[in-house]
Amino acid sequence: MTSARALVGIGSLLVATTVPVTLLGGCTTQGMGTGTATMTQPAPRARTTTGAASYTPVTDQRLVNPEAENWLMYRRTYDGWGYSPLEQINTGNVKNLVPVWSFSTGVAEGHQAPPIVNNGIMFVSTPQNQVLALDAKTGELLWRYKRELPEDLFQLHPTNRGVGLYEDKVYLATLDAHVVALDAKTGKLLWDRTVEDYKKGYYMTLAPLVAKGKVMVGVSGGELGIRGFVQALDARTGQSAWKTFTIPAPGEPGSDTWKGDSWKTGGASVWITGSYDPQLNLTYWGTGNGAQWMGDQRPGDNLYSSSVIALDADTGKLRAFHQYHWNDSWDWDEVSAPILMDVQRGGRTIKSLVHPGRDGYLWVLERRADAIGFVEGKPYVKQTVFTKLDPRTGRPEYDETKKPVTGKKIPFCPSLWGGKDWPPAAYNPKTGYLYIPTNENLCGSLLGTAKPYEAGKLWLGTEIKDIGMVVADGANHIGEIQAWDMNTGQKVWMRTFESHNWGPVLTTGGGLVFAGGTNDRYFRAFDGKTGEPLWQWRTNSGITGVPSSFAVDGTQYVAVQSGWGVDAQRMQGALDDIRGAKTDVPQGGVIWVFGVNQ
Amino acid sequence: MFAGGERSGQVITPGDLLVGKPPLLVYPIDPRSRIVRDGSRLNQILLVRLAPDELDEDTRAGSADGVVGYSGVCTHAGCDVTLWQAETRRFRCPCHESEFDPRDKGRVVGGPAPRRLPRLPVKIADGVIVAEGSFIGRPGFLPG
Repeated sequence: MTSARALVGIGSLLVATTVPVTLLGGCTTQGMGTGTATMTQPAPRARTTTGAASYTPVTDQRLVNPEAENWLMYRRTYDGWGYSPLEQINTGNVKNLVPVWSFSTGVAEGHQAPPIVNNGIMFVSTPQNQVLALDAKTGELLWRYKRELPEDLFQLHPTNRGVGLYEDKVYLATLDAHVVALDAKTGKLLWDRTVEDYKKGYYMTLAPLVAKGKVMVGVSGGELGIRGFVQALDARTGQSAWKTFTIPAPGEPGSDTWKGDSWKTGGASVWITGSYDPQLNLTYWGTGNGAQWMGDQRPGDNLYSSSVIALDADTGKLRAFHQYHWNDSWDWDEVSAPILMDVQRGGRTIKSLVHPGRDGYLWVLERRADAIGFVEGKPYVKQTVFTKLDPRTGRPEYDETKKPVTGKKIPFCPSLWGGKDWPPAAYNPKTGYLYIPTNENLCGSLLGTAKPYEAGKLWLGTEIKDIGMVVADGANHIGEIQAWDMNTGQKVWMRTFESHNWGPVLTTGGGLVFAGGTNDRYFRAFDGKTGEPLWQWRTNSGITGVPSSFAVDGTQYVAVQSGWGVDAQRMQGALDDIRGAKTDVPQGGVIWVFGVNQ
Repeated sequence: MFAGGERSGQVITPGDLLVGKPPLLVYPIDPRSRIVRDGSRLNQILLVRLAPDELDEDTRAGSADGVVGYSGVCTHAGCDVTLWQAETRRFRCPCHESEFDPRDKGRVVGGPAPRRLPRLPVKIADGVIVAEGSFIGRPGFLPG
């Protein structure tokens, strides 16, 4: 139906200078540091061939145990930590961090993908399903792929959250619900498979999860009444290997949690890349809320919405699940996959799944081959809905006056964007802390309406005008970064921002936490132990991109895309409406790569 | 005809549009072949009736008894423009709060939309609202 075109290219165009450029004192005007850094910018290298001269194939072994200098997938490792062990950039020298190179993506909207790096070659996806391959050290463009998207496409989240790598291929899940495979060296399109019909509201925004020869993707579109699923494609051919729906069909286990035909349009989207336990051979996926949003129009628990599901990587078979909250009525998608980590509780080491939920609770679960057990759940932002959790199962009880219904305006906290939306939290094994990007002091309300489903149309169970939001009286901030010691289950520090925060978090072996996320365009570094701000740099736009860190030729870099849009922009609009303000956060994406002089 | 809702598929008449009432989102029908041109979302049209003396000269010239037509697809990110601000007489897009003034050639009056909503001049013939030519401007958005 639609053809994709690959723009392959570049050879080298210029050999501008062989003298390194010296950057002096970049921090004094921009950052908080006062050092006179002398970071040298590498000279552009001459290229006589198209694309990358050489490429290191990505193997299962490398994905399970990546070299410290590489960032081969969405959160770098299958456990979802968002942690780079590199320590050259650390709490002592981060004040001297300066830009080494930058690159304009040429598109607007929310840039959310991490720069993914394999032995000096960086792959970055942008909105409009563009993939850029760059020399990670010099910023030289190696190739560019830009998908020709259908003109009649529309989505509430027109973004992309990164590519997947395997062998010599790069995989992209597209907005028109295809998966494409590109040649990592040239960007040439190798295959293009349709996963679903975009005209029915299916689309994809996640970075594929790649393991054991399979490219696994999930579908977005809960706001358009889709039926969610995860599908695995053969990495070499693109042929479907398995497909598992996140909503059971009649007769399947869990189907009794839906009434009538509601399962056909029940949502439970898969917005975000799954995590993976190679020992158990289980992939873990967070699922979205039920569609439309009003629980009273689809009575029942609505499995497996707002849940984590464990799927066998080889067969897709559902081995276990845990539903964070049943019969969702707040638009609380539990989009993020859980983070796999060891947690100490009562003298025991628990192989856990940790998830700061959109529902405002920080969940600790135990993962086993055939079950997911409940360990702990506690609110990390103001939450007015849950009255108690079943101590054995974690199933919440609700204050029914805080559960939206059809025909009545119901207030609740946190807002529909939750305590944490999609931006990933990060875990640092050295500090033992989990770093959560949160929004506090925001409550919401919904007035439910009943409307028939129409394929490809917004189907929210409420009118947009009936989505309310209020800022708490006397609130001095909205955005936060919270650090939690997962072994004690206690919050250890918190930084606050006047602005809301949509910044994915990176943490490193140098004891640092990196994040942007605020409307003032800053990218920041904090001391992971104390939360002390150590560095900041004002970029072109607001940062909602996932930061990554990598090394080339022994030098460590930190990279991030700056480009404001999607829900960060939408929340800004809602806050501006409340305050009678008009906040102009400039649009347009730029890849930034920072380094520090040693 | 109506592009959705309870009366989906029914042909619109001028009587379906009243001053002070919200706009209708509709698809056109080819007058000869009777084929409904709903193959693309980009054919969605917003129809609303406004007081003729509120319309600027150009807009009035392309209107019929106060009925004006516009593309129903936002020029920012391509969402359906489904909201109506009755008091200010503005179309509003639910995705990013872009606002357009149907009294003034679909001018952008709020939000991130880069250009006005394409206008579709209309007339009333034999009790039916008829498009007079094509959209003024390209419907939809231009991917960056």
